[in-house]
Parts: sequence; C-alpha cells; structure tokens
Amino acid sequence: MSWRRVLLAAEPYLYTLPSVLLICIIMLVPLLIGLTYAFHDVRLLDPSSGDFVGLEHFRELNADPAFWNALRNTVTWTAASVTLQFGLGLVLALLLNRLFPGRAVIQLLVFLPWAIPSFLSGLNWAWLFNPVVGPLPYWLKALGVLAAADNLLSHPRHALWGPIIANVWWGIPFFAITLLAALQSIPADIYEAAAIDGAGPWIRFRRITLPFLAPTMAITILLRTVWIANFADLIVIMTKGGPADSTQILASYIFTQAFQRLDFGYASAVATVLLALLLAYAMALMVLRAALTRRG
Amino acid sequence: MEPHGKSYWAIHYLLLGAFVIFALFPLFWLLKVSITPNDLLYSEGVRLWPSRATADHYASVIAHSQFPLFFRNSVIVATSTALFSTLFAAAAGYGFSRFQFRGKYWIVGLMLITQMFPLVMIIAPIFRLLKPLGLTNSLTGLVIVYTAFNVPFASILMQSFFDAIPKDLEEAAMLDGANRFAAFRKIIVPLTLPGLAATLGFVFTAAWSELLFALMLNSSSAASTFPVGLLAFVSKFSVDFGQMMAAGVLALLPVCMFFVFIQRYLVQGLTAGAVKG
Repeated sequence: MSWRRVLLAAEPYLYTLPSVLLICIIMLVPLLIGLTYAFHDVRLLDPSSGDFVGLEHFRELNADPAFWNALRNTVTWTAASVTLQFGLGLVLALLLNRLFPGRAVIQLLVFLPWAIPSFLSGLNWAWLFNPVVGPLPYWLKALGVLAAADNLLSHPRHALWGPIIANVWWGIPFFAITLLAALQSIPADIYEAAAIDGAGPWIRFRRITLPFLAPTMAITILLRTVWIANFADLIVIMTKGGPADSTQILASYIFTQAFQRLDFGYASAVATVLLALLLAYAMALMVLRAALTRRG
Repeated sequence: MEPHGKSYWAIHYLLLGAFVIFALFPLFWLLKVSITPNDLLYSEGVRLWPSRATADHYASVIAHSQFPLFFRNSVIVATSTALFSTLFAAAAGYGFSRFQFRGKYWIVGLMLITQMFPLVMIIAPIFRLLKPLGLTNSLTGLVIVYTAFNVPFASILMQSFFDAIPKDLEEAAMLDGANRFAAFRKIIVPLTLPGLAATLGFVFTAAWSELLFALMLNSSSAASTFPVGLLAFVSKFSVDFGQMMAAGVLALLPVCMFFVFIQRYLVQGLTAGAVKG
C-alpha cells in the first residue's frame, strides 16, 4: 500500500479526530470520573476524603427527604414546562404558517426570547415577580391568584411556578420554530384535495396536519423533556431552590451540593440517579414507539 | 388554502398580538426600569413609562463598576469559543458529509449522547481536572470547556450545511486537476460561508449565556464572565435595581445583534441540534 492510499483511508479520521478527542477529554472522561465519585467520599476542602464508600451515598440519598422532594419537583417542573411550551409553541406555529402582512417582523419579535441568555431571562422574571420593581404581584393580586401583592417566588406552595413561567416564556420559540418547519414541509395540494372533498378545518387539522407533525412532535418532546429535566439555570438564579427547598429540582440540587457544600461525592450520586432515570425514560419511550409502529 | 373571513383574521391578529406582548413585555420592563431615576422607582412602581428618563444608571455601570471588565472577559471567551468550535466543527461536519467510514455511526452517536446527559454531572470532575492544570480562574479554561460543549451541536449543524452543497461541484473541480484541499478551499468554503457565519452566531450566543460552569470554575472577579459578574452584583447590591437592569440591557446587546443576524438559520440550527437551548 502506498502512502497516498494510507493517507486517503485516514482522511475522514483526520477531519473528525480533533472534535472526538476534545469531546472525550472534556466530556466523556469527566463523566466516567463523575460516576466513580458517586462511590467515593469526595469533598473538595477536605484532604482526608477520597475513600471508597461503596453504596453509602445511595443509602444516604434514599433517606434524604430533600432528594425525594427534588425528584417530585423535577417531575412537576418538567411536565408543566414541556406541556405549556409545546401547547403554546404549536398554536404560535399554526398562526405563523399563513401568509399575512407583517409576518416577518412578528416572527422576529416572538422568537426573540430564544436569544435571551438564560441567566438574564431568570433575573428578568425574578425582577418582574419582585413587588418593589415588578408589576406582576399587583396583577396577580388583582386576578385573585395571590391574597396580597407578595413575591410569588417566596411562596413555598407556588414558588415553582415562577421558574416554570420564565422557562415557558423562553422555550416557546424553540417548539414554534421546529413545528413551523415541519408544517411548511406538508404539501399544500393535500389540503386542497381535502377541501374539495368537503373536509372542514378541524377534520383537516386532525386527519392531515397532526399525522404529518407527529414524528417531529415525538422527537422534539422527547429531547426537550430530557433537556428541561437537566436545566438548572433558571431555578439557581431565581430561587436558589428555596424557599425551604420548595423549588429544588434534581439538577439544581446537584449544583448546590457541588457548588455550595463542595460535596462532590454526594452530588455525583444524585447525578447518577438522574442519569439513570433519564436513560430509563428514553428507553421506555423507544420501546413504546416500537410497540406502536408494530401495531400500526 | 381557502380564504378566511374577517372574523378569522381578527382572532388571528389578536392571538399573535398576545404572543408578541408576552415575548416583549419582560424586555420592555427591563429597559423601563433601567432608565427610571431612583427617586421615581418606588413612587411610580407600576407605571408603564416613567415621567422622567435618565441615563445615570448606564453611566455609573460603565464608569464605577467592574462590568466593563466582565463584558471584555465575556467577549473574549464567547468569541474564542465560537472561532474554535466552528473550526473543529467545520472539519468534522465535512468528514461526516463527504465520507463513509468505519466508526462514523459511533462518532455521530457519541456526539448525540453528549447532548443528552446532565452537564451538571461533570461540573465537579471538570473542576478537579482543570484545577491542577491552572485552568480554573482562567479564561483559557472556560474556552476549552465551552468549545467541547459546543462542538457536537456545531458539527451536526455544519454537516447539514455541507450536505446542501452538491458533491458534483468538488468532483468536477478534482477532475480538472485540483486536489481535494484546493477543491475544498475554492468551492466548498465560499459556498459554506453563510453556514459558517450561522454556526459562529449559535456558538457565540451559547457561550455568552453559559452560567453554571463559569460560576464553578472562575470565582475570581478578574476572570468572571458577564453572567457571573451580574449574579454577584445582584446578591451583593440587590437594592440598586436601576443599575442591575442597566447592566442587564448591556448584556443583551451582543446577543440581540447576533439574533437578528442568525434568525434566518434558526430552523436549520434547531433541527440539527434539536436538544440545544
């Protein structure tokens, strides 16, 4: 084999090698190290730590009410955020999937929240909920949601809705954009044929639009659910998990354990559980999908 | 599609109006408080526009705080991350688009998996890994970490741009005697320029917005990025709302510029990196 042929065979690897190396060193190796931390006593400021503790962290976690509370909040946070983002995003996509004067400008404006950095979205909404400078407490009181014009974020029972609203505001464009792209790929003549056959708008939506959108919906909802379950920024910024852990989700709990308590071992154990849950969720969905396609 | 009646369009515009107001109101309020003089802040709390406007908050943020330094740090980090990620991603995306090779399936799979796992999971190991190398409290450390985080998404995005360029073009050039590199330089690069620019914009926006790793890795204010600086400011001087919001508006400027520029590519970008915020 000549040098030229070796070089030709190696060519695609030369293109991809830098990226693969970087990802392995900065993401995969730390991931594996993180998994081993879950079984070790790793505390940053304690040089005597580092012993193998086996399943100790997981036993501790099982008895930790803060962990179970964070797990319940993760479900509420993820389900509410995804449902609202998806529902409103679908409505927005359907509205934008028409030709009308001013569409380009409106599209630019409604998609703008997507570009706002998450820390700023969080701060911005925290300020809106703050009775000192924000209007929301007064409006919520006028609507009868709150008894007094207080900060929603300091109500242990309702505080989680603050970050959820910020998350919905920030995430609608994502769903709207992906669904709009899928809508625009539906051939127009199918609608025309259906209209000639006398199908009304609702029938056309159910029989044509929904089946065409279904694959895009399924994949975006799956990926988004995982992403939002991992998304701690808004909660860390708006409430730091408080008051009294009422807004703590697993992802923010991991961050607090690592960043404030510097307990890397326990943080990694919680992260391992979160990773396992997300993997189980993804696998369950894939099995479900396989079962459904076999039946269909 | 069939024409709709007047009542349909009335509802259509009404709903869109509601979406526009929901999208813009928080940003409007940010701007409003940032130009409200301190003495009016409380007396005119819920008014939609202050009776008097001032640029004082902006002036004191720029002159008397560390925000110019944080801004500079963020510009350095986000720009370098965008350049390096796009360079790596262009190479990888080209490889994915133009070659069938052993292990490609696994490499693409690897890139997709990195988009799925909780990044907070590696926050502790990364800290322990970078600390002995002197890469904590350093902008270089952040650039390395952010580049790794953004390369998978950027590679898949770049691949979609390369896929859109017909293979015949380079093959014709190579038949004419150009080697692959020359074909790449003379044909592919000019055609991918918009794609390269869009990828730069996406990565810049992502790196500009990142908070948690910056918070964990860079605690010294000399190496703080804008999000970290703003958060420290908020927890220290949480009464000076005018200044905080003025700083917030300043942090918005670069991303808004990039947004106007990349919004044409949003569909492609979000479909390629479907998991990416």
